[in-house]
Amino acid sequence: MPNMNPKKNPMPSQDPAVRRRNFGEVALGYTKEMAIDEAERCLNCKNMPCVSGCPVGIEIPKFIQKVKTGEFEEAYRIITEASSLPAVCGRVCPQETQCEGKCVRGIKGEPVGIGRLERFVADYHNAQPGVHAEPVTSNGHKVAVIGSGPAGLTCAGDLARKGYQVTVFEALHTAGGVLVYGIPEFRLPKAIVAREIETLKELGVKIDVNTVVGRTVSIRELMEEEGFEAVFIGSGAGLPRFMKIPGENLKGVYSANEFLTRVNLMKSYLPDSATPIQQAKKVVVVGGGNVAMDAARSAMRLGAEEVSIVYRRSLDELPARREEVEHAMEEGVEFRLLNNPTEILGDETGFVRGVRVIKMELGEPDASGRRSPVEIPGSEYELECDCVIIAIGTSPNPLIKSTTSGLEVNRRGGIVTEEATGRTSLARVYAGGDAVTGAATVILAMGAGKAAAKAIDEDLNQ
Amino acid sequence: MFRILKKQPLNPTVTLMKIEAPAVAKKANPGQFIILRTDECGERIPLTIADYDTSEGSVTIIFQVVGATTEKLNHLNEGDCLHDFVGPLGKATNTEGKKKVAVVGGGVGCAIAYPVAKKFHSLGTVVHTIAGFRTKDLVILEKEFEDASTRFVKMSDDGTWGEKGLVTDALRALIESGEQYDEVITIGPLPMMKFVCKLTKEYGIPTVASMNPIMIDGTGMCGCCRLTVGGEMKFACVDGPEFDGHLIDFDEAIARSSMYRPFERKAHEEACNLFKKEVE
Repeated sequence: MPNMNPKKNPMPSQDPAVRRRNFGEVALGYTKEMAIDEAERCLNCKNMPCVSGCPVGIEIPKFIQKVKTGEFEEAYRIITEASSLPAVCGRVCPQETQCEGKCVRGIKGEPVGIGRLERFVADYHNAQPGVHAEPVTSNGHKVAVIGSGPAGLTCAGDLARKGYQVTVFEALHTAGGVLVYGIPEFRLPKAIVAREIETLKELGVKIDVNTVVGRTVSIRELMEEEGFEAVFIGSGAGLPRFMKIPGENLKGVYSANEFLTRVNLMKSYLPDSATPIQQAKKVVVVGGGNVAMDAARSAMRLGAEEVSIVYRRSLDELPARREEVEHAMEEGVEFRLLNNPTEILGDETGFVRGVRVIKMELGEPDASGRRSPVEIPGSEYELECDCVIIAIGTSPNPLIKSTTSGLEVNRRGGIVTEEATGRTSLARVYAGGDAVTGAATVILAMGAGKAAAKAIDEDLNQ
Repeated sequence: MFRILKKQPLNPTVTLMKIEAPAVAKKANPGQFIILRTDECGERIPLTIADYDTSEGSVTIIFQVVGATTEKLNHLNEGDCLHDFVGPLGKATNTEGKKKVAVVGGGVGCAIAYPVAKKFHSLGTVVHTIAGFRTKDLVILEKEFEDASTRFVKMSDDGTWGEKGLVTDALRALIESGEQYDEVITIGPLPMMKFVCKLTKEYGIPTVASMNPIMIDGTGMCGCCRLTVGGEMKFACVDGPEFDGHLIDFDEAIARSSMYRPFERKAHEEACNLFKKEVE
């Protein structure tokens, strides 16, 4: 008889009043007992709606059945058949719009905590002493992967499991892409990312950091001189977008990418880091996505007295994961919804002193189906602050496109691909993730990396 | 790892280092830069490539000790390794199609002006180099500039080296004497470049300035190195580092470069104290 409790087992978490000032992980993870109890809530539906909501197609009911019976290693094996990064996805996937959004239990109550169970299984596995991935016999084919973010790592992992010799080229000094420079420690500990990457290395994946493809080496050279038979481009979204309002180059204005890179990759919150970050008192974050939430909550942890999110639409349109919004609210981040900055104001020394903001109301639905925000005339006011973080998205990085002739991109700069396979306009060159779609989610990038790995395997074995 | 093959002090605060980095050397061109970290907790700092040797697989950097990272870098010796060294980044200097140019360098910026002058010179372009230093003791690359220039004009603030005066004085004198340049390339402190560009604008001479703003990733991801050029936002790491000097908003660039000055000063003092302690 399944557990018919309409609510998920709550996630043990750090108290908001404490965690708002530290970088330790917010969610602490289920115990074995909680995981088994939560797994009992799964009805093991025959048509498996949850699986259809998973971009990498994890056999969710199958792994949950193994959690029920305490066969956690078996559950891990089932997950990793489809996912290279289970400990990451269990933490950062927007489950409410994916697997859990399709869960039958969600109709009359809360869906099964699939993400929490995935995280539990991965953490359980990683905590076992002496676990190592089994090396695979090489099939002799060499594949290059550009970028070590979620798309690249997934593609590399899937190919390595099939015996390909994979080299991942990373521009920064540490592998992980957005998982290390973007998503903060309190949401995704960097030790977890490092552990997942270690697993890939055990599978035989080679990772070359400090290599900027397009500068240090070109795609043509990789294929013609270094013997790579296929190349996957997972170079990420790249360039931060700004609002094109006055004052964006004042001191104290950051792109979310810069702010988060200083905090996460360069560890500027630690005393022994040589990378500086502003000790801001009043921070305004512009935007409503996960990145905006990450920036706001990081600013709070750096010691800010007040942190506000300024977002031009209403709560219902906030694109961030529900849990991140709730966590941010619990931690004291103020939400100024239906507000939009029109100008950033500076003092006589060139530092930010405030933001001019106008109130908005929702009008007719726009092309995206969301009601578009319209300015309310005469509603402008000044919001005092000493730091502004712009988190309104990114556009694809032009570096690879500009150094790879024949690679077709769309008008937004995204690489044009065949969606199901990641094939680009160049033979044996594939792409996926934010480099194709513009800023999206970790799991969608993983799905694209997975699809490309499958296509590469098919194409090289013709 | 990136081994230090050669270390040579050029003046009391400026050091030359030759770094083993074959992949970077293979692709390097004048005008481009690298980013390095000295150690695992180090910050990423951009330095322009001063020279490169493809056959040896080495890249030369020249840096002035200004902060904690350059202080740490200066304490490394031949045989030591840098933790990270990535490049070449940015766009190379456009050296094509110019018959006569003036290269105007100031202070440690001359380290970057040198490979540009050398490249033009090797292509048969007439190169007039104007180098400016505060005083004789700070002069670097004198012999190298002489070899790479058709005409070499020396300027110092106190008159101890070449003529007394500013590089802009020398440039104006050359232009007034009838020299006609296809382009002026200027590399040095921001205020110097600002005034060089102001001068050449008067005479309508196309001018390129090499910018060196604060950076982190150097691939366009963080947007920290943004500046305003012709009213548009540009990223020095991918759109530059060289820009049309007549369109750059220098005052904004000067303001932005001081963002972390108090932090840098404190970090530098701490680094110096740490090294002093080690000596004691």
